[in-house]
Amino acid sequence: MVMGGVLIRPIILTVCIYVFLKFIVPNLPHSAPLPSSLIFLYLMLTTAGIVIFATLSGASKDAFFGPILRFLTGEGGGALSSARYLVLALFPLLVGWQTYGSTASSDAPPGENRTIHPAPPGEYTGLSNPVPKTLDNINYGKGLYASRCSPCHGNFDGKGFAAAGFTPPPANFKDPTTIAMLQESYLFWRIKKGGVGLPVEGMPWKTAMPRWELEMSDEDIWKVIMGEYDGAGQKPRTWDESE
Amino acid sequence: MANDEVRIMRDQGQTVTNHGRDIAGRVALLAGCAALLGWIGLPDVAVAQESAPAAPTAYRDLPYIGSRNLVWIIAQLHLLLAGFVLGVPIFAWLCEIVGWKSGDKRYDKLAKEFTKLLTSSYATTALFGGILLFLLIGFYPKLMAYLTDIFFPSFLVYCCLFLVETATLYLYWYGWDAMAEGSGKKFHIFLGFLLNVFAFFIMIVPNSWATFQSSPVVLAEGSDFARAWAATWNPTWWPVNIHRLIANVVLGGYICGAYAGIRYLSAKSTEERYHYDWMGYVGNFIGVFGLLPLPFAGYWLMREIYQYNQQMGITLMGGFLSWLFILQAMLIGVLFLGSNYYFWLGITHRIPGSETQYRKPIMAMLIILLLCLGVWMTPHSLVASLEEAQKMGGTHHPLLGVFGVMSAKMTVSNLMVLVTFMSFIMYWRAGKQDTAGWAKAAKALMGGVLGLAAIAVIILGVWGYFVPAIIRINYFSTSQVGIVIFVMLTITPLTALLLKSAKTTTEMVWGRMPPRAGYALVLNAVMVILLMTLMGYARSSSRVHWHIYGVMRDSSQYAFSPALGYAAALMALNTFLFCMLVAFIFWVATMGDKAKAAASAKGAPEAGHIPAMAGGSQALDGPAGDVSEGNRPV
Repeated sequence: MVMGGVLIRPIILTVCIYVFLKFIVPNLPHSAPLPSSLIFLYLMLTTAGIVIFATLSGASKDAFFGPILRFLTGEGGGALSSARYLVLALFPLLVGWQTYGSTASSDAPPGENRTIHPAPPGEYTGLSNPVPKTLDNINYGKGLYASRCSPCHGNFDGKGFAAAGFTPPPANFKDPTTIAMLQESYLFWRIKKGGVGLPVEGMPWKTAMPRWELEMSDEDIWKVIMGEYDGAGQKPRTWDESE
Repeated sequence: MANDEVRIMRDQGQTVTNHGRDIAGRVALLAGCAALLGWIGLPDVAVAQESAPAAPTAYRDLPYIGSRNLVWIIAQLHLLLAGFVLGVPIFAWLCEIVGWKSGDKRYDKLAKEFTKLLTSSYATTALFGGILLFLLIGFYPKLMAYLTDIFFPSFLVYCCLFLVETATLYLYWYGWDAMAEGSGKKFHIFLGFLLNVFAFFIMIVPNSWATFQSSPVVLAEGSDFARAWAATWNPTWWPVNIHRLIANVVLGGYICGAYAGIRYLSAKSTEERYHYDWMGYVGNFIGVFGLLPLPFAGYWLMREIYQYNQQMGITLMGGFLSWLFILQAMLIGVLFLGSNYYFWLGITHRIPGSETQYRKPIMAMLIILLLCLGVWMTPHSLVASLEEAQKMGGTHHPLLGVFGVMSAKMTVSNLMVLVTFMSFIMYWRAGKQDTAGWAKAAKALMGGVLGLAAIAVIILGVWGYFVPAIIRINYFSTSQVGIVIFVMLTITPLTALLLKSAKTTTEMVWGRMPPRAGYALVLNAVMVILLMTLMGYARSSSRVHWHIYGVMRDSSQYAFSPALGYAAALMALNTFLFCMLVAFIFWVATMGDKAKAAASAKGAPEAGHIPAMAGGSQALDGPAGDVSEGNRPV
């Protein structure tokens, strides 16, 4: 067997997965580039899988680690020996470069794991929508939505004409992982208090949503919520199936 | 007596009397002064009482360490020890029953060894419980006074439970050999049953105190018993009881597996290697057995928390604690991988010549597990640089964002449970050939059930995105769990029936596992301990700045949730301390064994280092247990 021949397949597999995640996934319909943290996570899982499978038996373990050990211990000599010295020289440099890259000053803002859905204050958790769910109220809410919310949130899809100007972008209500996961009282809090009402948990960036309590009554806010759910084709999270 | 001695005694007596008078005079003078000062100060005291009575101490602190950190460490160690001590009797007792029913002494020996670990840990658990109690009373007197006021009746019940549990444990352990036969054995098994009953109640009583803090039910009126009972039966009490009961089995199983793994790695004789390889297998099996239903119990608990209070639910699942669930996915993933890896190593090493036969199914299972784990570990909000976030249009990926919510997580966790279950079935069937005429039909049926179940789980998972949340939670998620349970209840008895008439083509060889199998067992134990420390922090932090949620606010300097990095350091420290503690306890517990082994080694020649073919090795005929033809390891 060619030295390292058994390592070729795992290396090819890892490279293929990297290429798929880095270059193919972003070009799929309705997709976008993956952040490096996610690519790293998937590659770690791939590596773990390779090591697990390679060490299932003594023979496969020796076949897998044998070339690595022989390379590191200098067996074989020749060009491999030179390559070993090259790796031994490059490895500390690589570590140094990584250390420098992670500690040196940079003009790029640090990566953030912003909490998208901070917990609402206690006084909002027990609220339920007091406005009757009539067609009139829903349509009235949609009208309010069109005038107040659609410039940013668009046709409930987060793509209003002003959306591109904001970071973080306005929420997409049609996405089943946004308002469909939340109770109405949560939306009431967010609309009423806006970006400035976010707790510390919701830092670093407060959303640009205005504090609508200054412009709308509570009843109107509840109506907007009803219109929002209806327009997005979603249902709020409830604990009562009859609702 | 000489005159001199009499004179000296008289003089000394006079001296003592004089001293006494002096002291009495001084005491009288001091008392008089104190009385005078008191009389002068009385009006001031009265005024002081009218204006502002001295407030009772609400908190005490500890310099450098901090009261909260110390309570955190001690409480976590106590809980981990308690989990082990309450989990082990369950399977020790079951092992004893298996040994009694089957006549296989190895199971009885194993049960006894489990119980030995239990007895040596029991006192330490109680010790840490006592330390925790003193610390809580000392550091949080106001909170403890409030809890005592509500739960005093259950404190008394708890004390009684501890008395009967301790007495039962002593009888169970010390009477093992004395009650080894006939009606004595039956009584011993009954003691084991009692031990588990008392242990269960010992677990659920303090659970009520802890869950009351998260989801309190406070009655303003009523008898002491009525108030205590209402507080006990709070919304999260039973979900936590069930979740912890299963988790204790998992913890106990994996720790026993780790113990066996370490003993296996250090085994010097074939007999030892055989025994500890088998014990490691049983430990891992118990751990997996508990691990399979654990995600469902956890899901139910979280559902109840969310329904009880939206703020608490979002804090945990969507707020600042949501990252813990990504860490949890990672730890559970390692646990699943580690357990399956151990099964697979068992197939390739204990069943000679089976590697090529099972390599492809193992690869398929590994790929499914990794894909599921990838989905489970994908956060809803991704860690991204500003540039990456702008490219994605926010921190949600438009395509993979769907992996970040419960519909996806529940689907993949169910699939992982299915794969792990099939891993075990594959191990169970390895080295056997079906002889029954209906074997083909049965296999086709099992394959069909498994395939359809997997498809149904995936369909329900995808469909979950298009229905109201309550439909998904109440029907789809529960249906997924029901499907998985149905698969287990169908395939297990069918496999057992098939194996009854199956022909053994390759005997299972114990004691031939590679060292990495022992390391895998240790890794699993460390993972489950880390997992418990992680979720313990989550449960406590979900109360945010409340001692008792919505009832008693934390007004100490520690009324904040520790940051995730800080908490992770404490979790790691707790895990390390617990591992050291358990290692010490087990080392002490096995001192006697080593002395006995050394003594017997002097009188008997050491068995050769040869593979221990089940029932086919001289080395196994001895104290390790009966491995005669009828009692082969399986």
